[in-house]
Amino acid sequence: MSVLWVLLLVASVAVAAATGRMAALPGAIAESAGRAVSLSLGLVGILALWLGLMKVAEEAGIVRALGRLARPVLRRLFPSVPADSPAMGAMTMNIAANMLGLGNAATPFGIKAMEELERVNPEPGTATDAQALFCALNTASIQLIPASVIALRAAAGARQPADILGATLLASTCATVAAIASAWALRRLFRSSPPLKPPHV
Amino acid sequence: MFRSVLEAISVWAIPLVVAGVPLYALTRKVKVYPVFVEGAKEGFQVAIRVIPPLVAVVVALGMLRASGAMDGLAALLAPLTSRIGIPASVLPMVLVRPLSGGAALGVVADVLRSEGPDSYAGRLASVMAGSTETTFYVLAVYFGAVGVTRYRQALPAALLADLAGFAASVVAVRFLFGP
Repeated sequence: MSVLWVLLLVASVAVAAATGRMAALPGAIAESAGRAVSLSLGLVGILALWLGLMKVAEEAGIVRALGRLARPVLRRLFPSVPADSPAMGAMTMNIAANMLGLGNAATPFGIKAMEELERVNPEPGTATDAQALFCALNTASIQLIPASVIALRAAAGARQPADILGATLLASTCATVAAIASAWALRRLFRSSPPLKPPHV
Repeated sequence: MFRSVLEAISVWAIPLVVAGVPLYALTRKVKVYPVFVEGAKEGFQVAIRVIPPLVAVVVALGMLRASGAMDGLAALLAPLTSRIGIPASVLPMVLVRPLSGGAALGVVADVLRSEGPDSYAGRLASVMAGSTETTFYVLAVYFGAVGVTRYRQALPAALLADLAGFAASVVAVRFLFGP
């Protein structure tokens, strides 16, 4: 990540120098830094709401029940995660929310799932196979209802704004399959430095 | 029919969950209100934890966009991609989608306005935007929230997934609507 980050920064400066757009960079830098903060802080309300509900759902046994429901699938995808981990329930809720196009609700569930996965990470700070796959899945989740695009199409006067549902479902399913396949295929290429130790209990 | 069911779900899902989970918890004798407040407390800390990695990623991507690298790349790729079914007007979507959700929706709005929502380009841009996510943002938020700084295979896997999604979008739109 360090190399990639520096590469992005240096490439931007180099390209700006070549295209004579250097004058635009200082403004973009300041504006981006500010926007990152407002993006994060913009999450506070929705995070608090869903993390609160998630806690209620946890105490009521809903999270565990959901995790059990999705266990047959999730256990195959995430063999390293203990079957009774609360991560299973959180991942199930995250994936369900994503499929329905409820990105706002999906993010807190996803963060909760990442926290639970980090708890069983033998090497904190370095992504586990499970975390890497889970994140890749989230960047390519199966999409039943792409709500914002449908809204844009309706505003632009499409005859049937939602006529892209089938194509979106197909394309996002392909992306999801690719995410699973490539995360699995690449996992040995990106071996974490020390060989995996069993998690301390 | 299938569509209206899906749309009804997208409207009803959140209100039903927001009301239903506390109701069910109450019947299970959970102290709903204090438990909710306890869980909600975490929201602020998580958002604060996400700030530093998000600043790093958003600044780098903002610089990249302002430098004109995207426009240059688009000009370079356009002759190639137009041959595999991605019109020049939709190409910015492929480049911008993993970097910025707002910019991607901007491209969709642009294409819808200039070529019409029921055109091939309009549908393709819509499907591409709808079927993939803002990869860099998702990774920065999720890994940032738990303090993971080495992403390992997550980034290449996520980008390959985006690529597969774009390719599948072209195939799906051609197959379902014709070029």
